[in-house]
Amino acid sequence: MSPGLRIALILLGALAALALAAPWLTPWSHATLDWQNLAVPPQLDASHWLGTDRLGRDLFARSMQALRISLALGVLATLVSVCIGIAWGATAGFVGGRTDTLMMRFVDIVYALPYVFIVIILSTLFPRGSLAALFIGIGAVGWLTMARIVRGQTLSLRRREFVDAAIAGGVRTRGILWRHIVPNVIGTVIAYATLTIPQVILFESFLSFLGLGVQEPYASLGSLINEGAQEMESSPWMLLAPAGLLTVLLLAFNALGDGLRRRLGQYENEQ
Amino acid sequence: MLVYTLRRIAGLVPTLFILVTLSFFIIRLAPGGPFDQELQVSPQVRANLDAAYGFDQPLMVQYGRYLAGLARGDLGPSLRFKDYRVTELIATGLPLSLTIGLAAAALAFLVGVPLGVYAARRRDSPGARVLMNVSMLGVALPGFVVGPLLALIFGIYWPVFRVGGYEPGEPSFLVLPIITLALPVGAYVARLTRDSMRDVLQANYIRTARAKGLQPRVVLWRHALRPALIPVVSYLGPAIAFVITGSLVVESVFGLPGSGRFLVQGAIDRDYSLVMGMILVYGVFTLICNLLADLAYGWLDPRARVA
Repeated sequence: MSPGLRIALILLGALAALALAAPWLTPWSHATLDWQNLAVPPQLDASHWLGTDRLGRDLFARSMQALRISLALGVLATLVSVCIGIAWGATAGFVGGRTDTLMMRFVDIVYALPYVFIVIILSTLFPRGSLAALFIGIGAVGWLTMARIVRGQTLSLRRREFVDAAIAGGVRTRGILWRHIVPNVIGTVIAYATLTIPQVILFESFLSFLGLGVQEPYASLGSLINEGAQEMESSPWMLLAPAGLLTVLLLAFNALGDGLRRRLGQYENEQ
Repeated sequence: MLVYTLRRIAGLVPTLFILVTLSFFIIRLAPGGPFDQELQVSPQVRANLDAAYGFDQPLMVQYGRYLAGLARGDLGPSLRFKDYRVTELIATGLPLSLTIGLAAAALAFLVGVPLGVYAARRRDSPGARVLMNVSMLGVALPGFVVGPLLALIFGIYWPVFRVGGYEPGEPSFLVLPIITLALPVGAYVARLTRDSMRDVLQANYIRTARAKGLQPRVVLWRHALRPALIPVVSYLGPAIAFVITGSLVVESVFGLPGSGRFLVQGAIDRDYSLVMGMILVYGVFTLICNLLADLAYGWLDPRARVA
């Protein structure tokens, strides 16, 4: 395992553990107001590890709650996009012909639309702040790349002998897809999925930064950065804490995805 | 080439049509309407409002009217900014957004390409390593993290540039937004250039050029650069599209009166026609950029024209 991959894994594990353990690490919750400590810098006295915001809410508690949303949304939305992507791509690639053309033409058209707009349009569909809207919006665009990758892999797998053997042996199309195609593309899919997670997280933060994502009283790293940016002259910690957290999170996921892809490349070259 | 170009332009029409149709119906499906934030109005006033904007008609009729307006280049009246047409509103912000966007794209390519060439040339030097690590940071970090940090450092702690309280015609306000926007694109361009330059430098004809005694500088800039730029140029289209949508964030971070805020504010206010107008304008822009990139690719690389 390369050192970069190892560091990324350790970092992500630590962040996830911290996010989950946070309720026991601080006496404050994401929504409690501490009227004695409005906009105070990081300190140990009142256990505000990262300081408080203008309303006296603890930034550590809020950041960790935001991290929980980001991680959960990142993993779940990626799972959704992986499932749709595999089903779509493997079917198009394996069935081929006109079905393939139609299915991929659809992907091309949705791909050509600026995805920020799709998500903004979809986000108007739901009551503001509903996480379902974020899921559907992000999932609706996330599977396109996955479908393309899976289709490409399926096209080359379809010409292999073991697929011919399965067809000759009378296995049904669905059986071939499930038992022969999907297991063979799963490695590539996982490598790309780890690169999808930071994109989803980035996207959620971006929408929340604009005020279209996660709503009060809950926090998102994006909305925390937005609030922090407005107060940065007097209380820079309000910007630095969420910005630093998001930076580490994104870099770690990117390093993980790159590392996995490189390993996969090596593995495929050896075959 | 001409047939190919025309075919690609014709291909834009269905995509645009789908964009208009999808966004029209999805926005109408959204709960809440543009007049919900008005003070309590009597049913009669409300009915008059609906009638004035045509909301009392069936949805298909509204859709037909919207398309007819589009054909005349009219994006309809804004529902929240009273007495403004959507085209007027967008026209007030678009010049600033375009200035920032295009300046950022130009900066990104002018800085990114030389840095990438340098990194490919001195592959294992510490300078190249630092450069590539910094570029990874640049690619991974979003504008809404980089922007406020830059503003904090160069606007407040060490006030080199002016931040906040934009005054039109004062270029000092635009420097940090342009840098913020250019950073991820420039970083990506540098990485692209580095990778393709490294491949090109290993090609046989480069070895031949070196073997016949050409100066390394000439080999690099005259023989290697042009083919190495092919993937970079094809990234130009997506990059410009990225920069245009990215100006959404940068304008909000630095409080610039560009057109990006209309999209977000329109979505929050359910100002149907304003959101539709913004999506159309930005959408057309993105599609044209992608098309130009594809065409430039075919022009640079003769092998790609056949396909």
